[in-house]
Amino acid sequence: MSRSGTAAPAATTGPAGRRGGATTAPRPGLRSARLREGLVGWAFLGPNLVLLVTFLVVPILGALVLSLQQTRGFGDPEWVGLQNYARMVTDAAFWQSFGNTVVFTVVTVPLEMALGLGLAVLLDGVLPGQRVWRTLIVLPLVISGVASAMIAVILFTEANGLVNQVLGAVGVGGVPWQSDGTLAMVSVIVTMVWLRVGLNMIVYLAGLQGVSPELHEAAELDGANAAQRFRSITLPLVGPSTFFLLVLNVIASFQVFDLVFVMTGGGPGYSTSVLGTYAYRNGFEIREQGYGAALGVVILVVTLLFTVVQWRTNRTRDLTE
Amino acid sequence: MTRPAAPATASGTPAGSSPAAQAPSGTARGADRLATGRAPRRGRPGQRFVVLRTAVAVVAALVVAFPLWWMLVVAFSPRGEVFGRGLRLVPSTVTLENFTRVLDRYPVAEWFGNSVVIGVFVTVLTVLVNLLAGYAFAHVRFVGRSFVFLTFLATLMIPVQAIMVAQFRLVTGLGIYGTYWSVILPSAATAFGVFLARQFMLGVPTELLEAARLDGAGHLRIFARIVLPLSGPLVAVLVLLTLLGSWNDFAWPLIALKDPDLFTLPIGLLYLKGQTTPDYNAIMAMAVLTVLPMVALFVAFQRFFVQGFVRSGVR
Repeated sequence: MSRSGTAAPAATTGPAGRRGGATTAPRPGLRSARLREGLVGWAFLGPNLVLLVTFLVVPILGALVLSLQQTRGFGDPEWVGLQNYARMVTDAAFWQSFGNTVVFTVVTVPLEMALGLGLAVLLDGVLPGQRVWRTLIVLPLVISGVASAMIAVILFTEANGLVNQVLGAVGVGGVPWQSDGTLAMVSVIVTMVWLRVGLNMIVYLAGLQGVSPELHEAAELDGANAAQRFRSITLPLVGPSTFFLLVLNVIASFQVFDLVFVMTGGGPGYSTSVLGTYAYRNGFEIREQGYGAALGVVILVVTLLFTVVQWRTNRTRDLTE
Repeated sequence: MTRPAAPATASGTPAGSSPAAQAPSGTARGADRLATGRAPRRGRPGQRFVVLRTAVAVVAALVVAFPLWWMLVVAFSPRGEVFGRGLRLVPSTVTLENFTRVLDRYPVAEWFGNSVVIGVFVTVLTVLVNLLAGYAFAHVRFVGRSFVFLTFLATLMIPVQAIMVAQFRLVTGLGIYGTYWSVILPSAATAFGVFLARQFMLGVPTELLEAARLDGAGHLRIFARIVLPLSGPLVAVLVLLTLLGSWNDFAWPLIALKDPDLFTLPIGLLYLKGQTTPDYNAIMAMAVLTVLPMVALFVAFQRFFVQGFVRSGVR
């Protein structure tokens, strides 16, 4: 497969590219040289473009079409117009999933960023064994979501998980991490923050490298204390990192799937159901593909709206600063 | 190490205006310093309170690493021990019985092999097409370049949950449902590495490229003979991050693989959990086998991983 990937551009660009160099001298060839350059460009893009169009663009269009259809059972899909979308309006489980997704995002993102920044500030500079500490904090990033969720399942098991054993030892008995909806959500949130705090820390650490120590020294000479220096120097100067992380974290939390799917399956009831798991449930468990596709379109639209908003605010900020 | 300097023009290009595609340039520069472990400048305010800060670092590291320790404890403990009465943070005896049991009862070796095959194909294909596209965006002038670039950028925002139903129907329609290809091809359909590639390749000195052009070299030759050999660190970052993404991928393989013989490790883990009485010791043993390759790669190539994480924010 990989071979056919290279073969395409090789066939088109080889001869064209080689002649391209020679045609720079004579003027009449200028236009055709530019044309050839254009073809070469598209040929280089070709393999990636074909894959993107086939497996992303076509499915998006497919999802839009499918969301206007009803596909119960094995019969032919039937056009139902906007019925799938109208159904969402009155679908309590959809609104609960939507609300859960928002709550999950609103809680996890600030936690991840605050903890990440705190750790970065503490770990910035030389510390004995710092490589070890940093490595350990970043390590969850390479652990698969499913494996992390599985570890969390074992830790949070109600009957005899370690978390409840420890809580039991200090007198808090039998916390219902699975049977209580709110606590189930808390367990997923804790796991998500655990998984992502390392990313936030290293991005902030990298951002802090750009903060000149002279600024701190100058502020200190002027009598600024640590808290003042943090607020007036560190925070503004890691602004770009904060913005970068905000976008990444919101997208990651809004699209959470693995953790919820493995840890709670959206339950109990729909109390931890998020848009991703709810769309999966409809598309592949209940097999109402039309409704599942419509839910997917909603996820897409919300993601795009958020992206546009952050992109615009970023633009405005670029212009004003 | 021949790493071309980060181009100064980033903020003027479409790439510069999208933080999702790459970290702000200050962060990116910081990433390099962070990753290369160069000595920090003297006089940083953080040189004080070393004892206190080290203590916090140790506690934070222990808290974050504890779940991984717990995975090891459960995997190496005699069956059922950690779920019995009484708090126990280390195995009473270290045993391999959970590993032998899970390997005996389930096709874990096959699942491991499937993950390797899919991971290698996805990585080779993705990195190759991303490098080619990155070169085109960096060094070939053609009509519609900015537009296509923005389109590529936009595809990064598409979550798998949004299109999974339609993608499932597409893959079924193409007749590759339930084969390796149903995972490999959609996974390789990403512009994830294109932006890192373009950014890096913009840093290759234009004099080098001009000289090659004057010598009559075409783009393919310039790409293969000049740009690629200078792009070692870029290729390392792309290969490692793509492999990591494929190895840990869950939602799409869950949909695309129906035959248990073709499962990848994450899907296999879920399969074990789905048994009527889940054997958690065996599940953790398999989790250890699942995470070990990536942990090993991370420890060996931490510099590239960190650079990739900081610049791209992971997949």
